Amino acid sequence: MPLPFSETAMDNALPHTYQQPAYFQLRTVYDWLWAVAVLTGCGYVFSQYHALMDGYEAGILLVTAPLLIWLGWSWSGIKSFGLCVAAFSLLAISLYGSDLSRGENAFLLKYLFASQSAIMWMSALYVMATATYFGLLLSGREFVGKVAASLTWSATVMGMTGLMVRWRESYLVGADIGHTPVSNLYEVFILFAIITALLYLHYEQHYKTRSLGAFVLLVISAAIGFLLWYTFDRHADGIQPLVPALNSYWMKIHVPANFVGYGAFSLAAMIGLVYVLKSRAQADKPEGLLSARLPDLALLDDLMHKAIALGFAFFTLATILGALWAAEAWGGYWSWDPKETWALIVWLNYAAWLHMRLTKGWSGKPMAWWAIIGFFVTLFAFLGVNMFLSGLHSYGEL
Amino acid sequence: MPQSTFSILLRFLGSMNLAITLLVAIAVAAVIGTVVQQNLPYPDYVLKFGPFWFEVFKSLDLFNVYSSTWFLSIMGFLVLSTSVCVYRNLPKILRDVNDYREHSQRHALLKLPHHYSFTDVRDHQDNLARISALLKQHRYRFRLSNDQGSLLIAAKKGSGGQLGYLFSHVAIIVICIGGLMDGNLPLKLAELQGRIAVETRRIPASAIPTISTLSTDNASFRANVDIAEGGQTNLAFIDYKDGYLLQKLPFTIQVDDFRVEHYPSGQPKSFESDLTVLDASLPQPLRQTISVNHPLTFKGYTIYQNSFGDGGSKLRLKAWPLLTSAAPTDLEATVKQFTRVDNQQLEISDFRPFNVKPDPDTQKKFINFGPSFQYKLRHPDGTANEYLTYMQPIVQEGRWFYLSGMRSKVFEQFNYWFMPADSERRLNRFMAFYQALNNPDTLQAIALATAGSTESGKQSTLQERQAVARFMMALASQFVAGGYENISAGIAQNITEEKRQEASEVYATVLQRLLKNLYLHVLQEEGVDATQPLSGFDGQFLADAIAAVNSAHFYAAPVFLELEGFQHIEATGLQITRSPGQWLVFPGCLLLVLGVFCMFYLPQRRLWVMIEKYAAGSAILLAGSALRNRYDFDAEFELIKQQLAQHASSVQ
Ligand code: HEM
Repeated sequence: MPLPFSETAMDNALPHTYQQPAYFQLRTVYDWLWAVAVLTGCGYVFSQYHALMDGYEAGILLVTAPLLIWLGWSWSGIKSFGLCVAAFSLLAISLYGSDLSRGENAFLLKYLFASQSAIMWMSALYVMATATYFGLLLSGREFVGKVAASLTWSATVMGMTGLMVRWRESYLVGADIGHTPVSNLYEVFILFAIITALLYLHYEQHYKTRSLGAFVLLVISAAIGFLLWYTFDRHADGIQPLVPALNSYWMKIHVPANFVGYGAFSLAAMIGLVYVLKSRAQADKPEGLLSARLPDLALLDDLMHKAIALGFAFFTLATILGALWAAEAWGGYWSWDPKETWALIVWLNYAAWLHMRLTKGWSGKPMAWWAIIGFFVTLFAFLGVNMFLSGLHSYGEL
Repeated sequence: MPQSTFSILLRFLGSMNLAITLLVAIAVAAVIGTVVQQNLPYPDYVLKFGPFWFEVFKSLDLFNVYSSTWFLSIMGFLVLSTSVCVYRNLPKILRDVNDYREHSQRHALLKLPHHYSFTDVRDHQDNLARISALLKQHRYRFRLSNDQGSLLIAAKKGSGGQLGYLFSHVAIIVICIGGLMDGNLPLKLAELQGRIAVETRRIPASAIPTISTLSTDNASFRANVDIAEGGQTNLAFIDYKDGYLLQKLPFTIQVDDFRVEHYPSGQPKSFESDLTVLDASLPQPLRQTISVNHPLTFKGYTIYQNSFGDGGSKLRLKAWPLLTSAAPTDLEATVKQFTRVDNQQLEISDFRPFNVKPDPDTQKKFINFGPSFQYKLRHPDGTANEYLTYMQPIVQEGRWFYLSGMRSKVFEQFNYWFMPADSERRLNRFMAFYQALNNPDTLQAIALATAGSTESGKQSTLQERQAVARFMMALASQFVAGGYENISAGIAQNITEEKRQEASEVYATVLQRLLKNLYLHVLQEEGVDATQPLSGFDGQFLADAIAAVNSAHFYAAPVFLELEGFQHIEATGLQITRSPGQWLVFPGCLLLVLGVFCMFYLPQRRLWVMIEKYAAGSAILLAGSALRNRYDFDAEFELIKQQLAQHASSVQ
């Protein structure tokens, strides 16, 4: 029989040495500074630009502020990252003033912060980080790992700064041309690299898994390779005005949500790859480098699941946002357009993955392989559809 | 105990294997639907796959996968399977949410992957107090049960996982039902029952039979209509299979104006239509401007800016005969209507007031090629060539040319004819030159003069000169009929191999001389002093004109239609939808997102602490289980374990 139980009486009865302080009590000075910075920033943006925003955009800003504060509070890395990006972007914007041509002759802009330069820095740093992570894998020295992580952070800061500055530049090109830089393949590739890196850095910090870096950064380097080809061979880096269909506040949330999905699925695939490598190495050469340095199989399995769950959640959100947008722009929330259809295929694929794992208890190697195959399905939805199939999503043709 | 068929059926429908099979089947069907382009006109498929595979694919509904019976059945099964799944799990979940498993047995707890036992000097009451405080700190809720001297604290947190399952799976059912309501299912049913029949002919709306007409009772549809500026309609067209259905609207839409705005680079920036909705129930007409991303909703109907086109622009044309030297005639034509030109039927399909394209020289800049119109010239036998003609000359390497493209099959690229523009940037000089080539009288006079102009010619007799002139005229007509290629072919046929080279050179010189004199004649007619040497421009013009004549034969038209003026009338393409299913789909989506996030981020965790008397203190067993995120649970369990054991005097 359950006992009647008075909780308050108990609380006062004993000192609890293990007592955990409440959420807000845990906040450091830095946390509060961060909150103030975010609120000031958002407040400033609102006071400056509210005349240009529609209700939805103001709403997005309103949700962004607490979200950023929460992110910074949950993950301290984000705070320093955010402050660096903000400082660099503000510096670049003030150097530009209202004259786009300053990008060619102001030293700091030309060599560091003009969007094209920042993005080149990002590319170089990601490639260096990849090499350094491989160095870590070979040498096993903690210091090398620290360097690799710093390089990744720096690359991500430069990439994000590049996007921020590009946002401003687009308005300098022409007031009616300005738009959030998530509107074409060039811009979203940068977004992809940044988001994948951030997701990885989060797991790295949380689970102390630096030896994964080499493999995750491989995907990012591949994206950088594509970006460079796209820049130099196709001259896709110019700022283009938006086609009317993309001119909507939906774009601002649909695209980033999608890329959290793509980023997380890519991350999961690379973890899957590491899983396969590690389990092979353990079987073949238990004393070898790979089996000694790569993370524990159980941890990999769990991380893979986490990444796919995160990706699935955001992909669900993104697809739904896309449907809402389509309802407004194309006259129907679902048109079986190839891009939509492939989003559904990706989604069903991971739904099946999650069911297998949760209800059938599958885990380990088959799931790792499935995650790797899932990456190719995702890749096709992301790039293949634009290359091989025609449809309403006509941006970013190759 | 024998199971009833019903419960076996339920078990099958709610089984995970069926669910995963269905998920994969839908994914595969979707792949097919994107690989085979959907809803094209049937003739396109016949061209693409050939008549055999066309029939095979058609019978499998591969051209409309998403509205095919088999695809809808899979979807139906998914809904059914998910419903059964929810139905079977619901009682368990509801029980689970409130069930703390406070009657778990010791041996069951010891079987859990997370368990730990230790002893503590404190007694029952002390331990109960501190443990419950600790659990509260970790945000667990708990119940107590007392069983023969052992006290069990059963704790759990995060029912979100369970509720999330419920939300997300119910959401999928709701979304699918909403989607089915808005899909083609009602139309398919009506067609099966013979209540409607698809219309495939291109006929005026007034001639469409009632069997292909849907009344305003139709609750869900997606229809299109093009309305010219100033026009109005209360009809729209639903694309269905290889044809369409006519949809009546309960109100009239009038288009007052349509605008395209452009960026400085020339790319379109916005498409806008000023609409007036006329409806008996409105005290006054509803006026609103719609644009892409900004539709108008009225009485459950939504009107979208979808496309645009020509609404019957009026074109002023000049028809230059290309086969005779007759004077050009003026003519008026309307886009999307038929006009007679000699014995041909002129069918203008499109007119564009400007054509902004990347500059072929610099790649990056855009330039405006000016107005153009596209048309077919249909012969009496029904065949037709298609043409695309620009109004203004276009500069190429510093010279100006009139451009007109021709193709004989729709899926081919246009093949362009470049006609040089004269010093006034008009077509007149080239046409005068070309027509002179088609005028036997002029040509004969010039040929005779040319024959007599050379040293040897001056000494020859009239008859010899006439013979030479006849030869020149034959050469000229071969040239007009087929260009240099035609002349070479003639040489290859009639002249022995060793003399061909020499003959080619002679023929070319003769032709050149004739064409030049003909050109001088044209210049003279224009009033240019032909005794002076040719200016650079006039010389270049001759070369370009000869090149144009050389390629004229492919153009295969009896007339060249020059666009002299236009009155632009645009039409806006509207999409009109009615989708009651969205009132299920949108809330369903919200529920889905909520459910998915709950499932992943509010996972259920359970802890049990069993306290038993042990000497003066207690023996404590801590056990836990979590469905998801085992790693995080490991950490939490470890922490709780340490916190619990902190002051324990381990007697182990
Ligand atoms: C389009 C169809 C479906 C989708 C997208 C879907 C999605 C999901 C997702 C994302 C999860 C969470 C997995 C995890 O947490 O790792 C889940 C769990 C689950 N699904 Fe489905 N599902 C679908 C259909 C079904 C069907 C038809 C069944 C019935 C056989 C089913 C049974 C379950 C069960 C039993 C769970 C575990 C719930 C729990 O223990 O929390 N699902 N589903």
